[in-house]
Amino acid sequence: MATLTITDLQVSVEGKPILKGVNLEIKEGEIHALMGPNGSGKSTLAYALAGHPKYEITSGTIEIDGVNVTELDANERARLGMFLAFQYPVTIPGVRVADFLRHAVSNRRDPERKEGENLMPMRDFRKELKARMEELGMDTEFARRYLNDGFSGGEKKRMEILQMAMLQPKFAILDETDSGLDSDAVKVVSEGVNRLSGPEMGVLIITHHERLLEFNKPQFTHVMLAGKIVETGDASLAAELHANGYATIRERHPEEAAEQSSEQEESLASV
Amino acid sequence: MSTETPSKTDPSLGDYQYGFHDSTDNYVFKSRKGLDEEIVRQISGIKNEPQWMLDFRLNALEIFFSRPAPKWGADVDQIDFQDIYYYMKASDKQEKSWDDVPEDIRKTYDRLGIPEAEKQYLAGVKAQYDSEVVYGSLQEDLEKQGVLFTDTDSALREYPEIFREYFGTIIPSADNKFAALNSAVWSGGSFIYVPPGVHIEFPLQAYFRINSENMGQFERTLIIIDEGASAHYVEGCTAPSWTEESLHSAVVEIVVKRGGRFRYTTIQNWANNVYNLVTKRAMAYGDSLMEWVDGNLGSKITMKYPAIYLMEPGARGETLSIAFANKGQHQDAGAKMVHCAPNTSSRVVSKSISKGGGRAGYRGLAKVVKGAHNCKSSVVCDALILDPESRSDTYPYIEVEEDDVTMEHEASVSKIGEEQLFYLMSRGLTEAEASAMIVTGFIEPLVKELPMEYAVEMNKLIELQMEGSVG
Repeated sequence: MATLTITDLQVSVEGKPILKGVNLEIKEGEIHALMGPNGSGKSTLAYALAGHPKYEITSGTIEIDGVNVTELDANERARLGMFLAFQYPVTIPGVRVADFLRHAVSNRRDPERKEGENLMPMRDFRKELKARMEELGMDTEFARRYLNDGFSGGEKKRMEILQMAMLQPKFAILDETDSGLDSDAVKVVSEGVNRLSGPEMGVLIITHHERLLEFNKPQFTHVMLAGKIVETGDASLAAELHANGYATIRERHPEEAAEQSSEQEESLASV
Repeated sequence: MSTETPSKTDPSLGDYQYGFHDSTDNYVFKSRKGLDEEIVRQISGIKNEPQWMLDFRLNALEIFFSRPAPKWGADVDQIDFQDIYYYMKASDKQEKSWDDVPEDIRKTYDRLGIPEAEKQYLAGVKAQYDSEVVYGSLQEDLEKQGVLFTDTDSALREYPEIFREYFGTIIPSADNKFAALNSAVWSGGSFIYVPPGVHIEFPLQAYFRINSENMGQFERTLIIIDEGASAHYVEGCTAPSWTEESLHSAVVEIVVKRGGRFRYTTIQNWANNVYNLVTKRAMAYGDSLMEWVDGNLGSKITMKYPAIYLMEPGARGETLSIAFANKGQHQDAGAKMVHCAPNTSSRVVSKSISKGGGRAGYRGLAKVVKGAHNCKSSVVCDALILDPESRSDTYPYIEVEEDDVTMEHEASVSKIGEEQLFYLMSRGLTEAEASAMIVTGFIEPLVKELPMEYAVEMNKLIELQMEGSVG
């Protein structure tokens, strides 16, 4: 069974420590929710897992199926099955969705593929892309548009899920994929995730909201404070946090709560 | 017969795929190195030209010697004009069948894919090899409709009246130092005449190949699109990767008469040791449309600013320009639009990319003369810089002598974004693939204007430029 193992992960951004020892194990087929107040390190974990060069791993390891990927580039991790659905996907003008995706999918399906080697056959690719777009209720005209160029917030999020559906990762991190979406759009995204998560894919959902978790019920809920996971529970923990906020969490973990609030003051002061 | 002697070519020029060359042992004629009156008389004599052309050449030579090199733009002071061969003739005559072209030369064009392209999608082809055109063809039905497509030397002999009416009138010898040089030693180039109302559906292609070392290629092109006619002309250029530099200095003169439409597409891919100093100008008359599509990827230095003079009301001009400067290259490219009549409009879209310490720039002129009321001009130039060593410059010149004119100028410079790279890489693309994709996307608005075959070619060339870009 495929496993994503994060051991004592410490991450700095521009020299400033953000993650201070994160331990987490996700198996394929599992849904994990990651919650926590702003600035607790959730997005940092997401970027560090995906391999953003600005997020420097100072200690600890990330393993996919026992393969240590800590030192690997983002594209090598992606080929091994890591996927991040971005909170704010960037625009790439002039690059058509279909051209980009055909390239990406070819690399994912043949991790040994070298630059300039054959891409996935056009006919197969088109057929598959059309099917996935229909499942996500997307106009197939999107395939010809420039990547995220002129897309609405909801369209961008759907595009992220479409990429996930095409790339078929082993592990997907959804970074606030539900933020800024109306409830119909959240439903479409949730259905997309459900269709894929099944037994094949492990999911880490980073969210402030309850809606996505209603449709994609997590087996595990983790709460982050000051760059550490301070509590892990089941779906009821997520429900409790939605109902009561983070006050009780802070009470139970006064040390981390103090660290978190002093860091936030510091970052506010530096603005 | 040797086709490749890689020992003499410069390995530092990298993996430029057209860097091979043929032996010059079997050439029919080679001039001595250097430039003076004797060389000019020799060229004119070999071509058996009328007196007026010899006089024209000698006058131009005087202008060339009397003019200083331009002090702006790229650094051309390094060119030693006495260390160049001004005339090299590889074969006796121009052939109408590839089978009759000497084997070495034919093989070269095979490797460049010209005969294959001709079969598939071209209406006519001219292949120039060093100083002379070695092959020419034109579809039979176009010939029957009165279309002329020949090399410029033959045009002087066979169509003297129309030739003399236009030759040197759009770009006089005194226009600039390099136009004077071309006027003195010109050889080869294309001559096209499209009669009134004739539409040429497929492109006419010319392919310019420099083969010899220290060669100067000075083709001279003259194109006349008569009233209501239309055509598309495409030129490609490559050269071997010699250690010594070569010079390419062309003059292209175009007339588009009332209601005509003409597009001139260049895919310039000279080896990185060629100085490319070209003067191109079109005169567009009433309600006509003239378009330059100008892709500059190769050469050591390019200075080229295709111009359109909008001569009568309703004339429209458009220039789409792409420049890619890699290591050791300086692309000083641009466009000129001169509004000489009321109700004329022009549009310039320029995209430049610099990488590996290369320097790419846009230098342009938008001019509206007195009396040219109600003109519209729009210039958009975007630059993409791929690394901190590279450079981009924008020099837009605007001269407007009327008030009721709409002028728009937009310029942007961007660096390749770390977040864009990460986004694509997080989907499994290598850094090189991701950069290439961003660059391809950057020029996509221009590339999509090209016929499919050329768009594919352009994207392939860009990918080659991007290869090995990441350490």
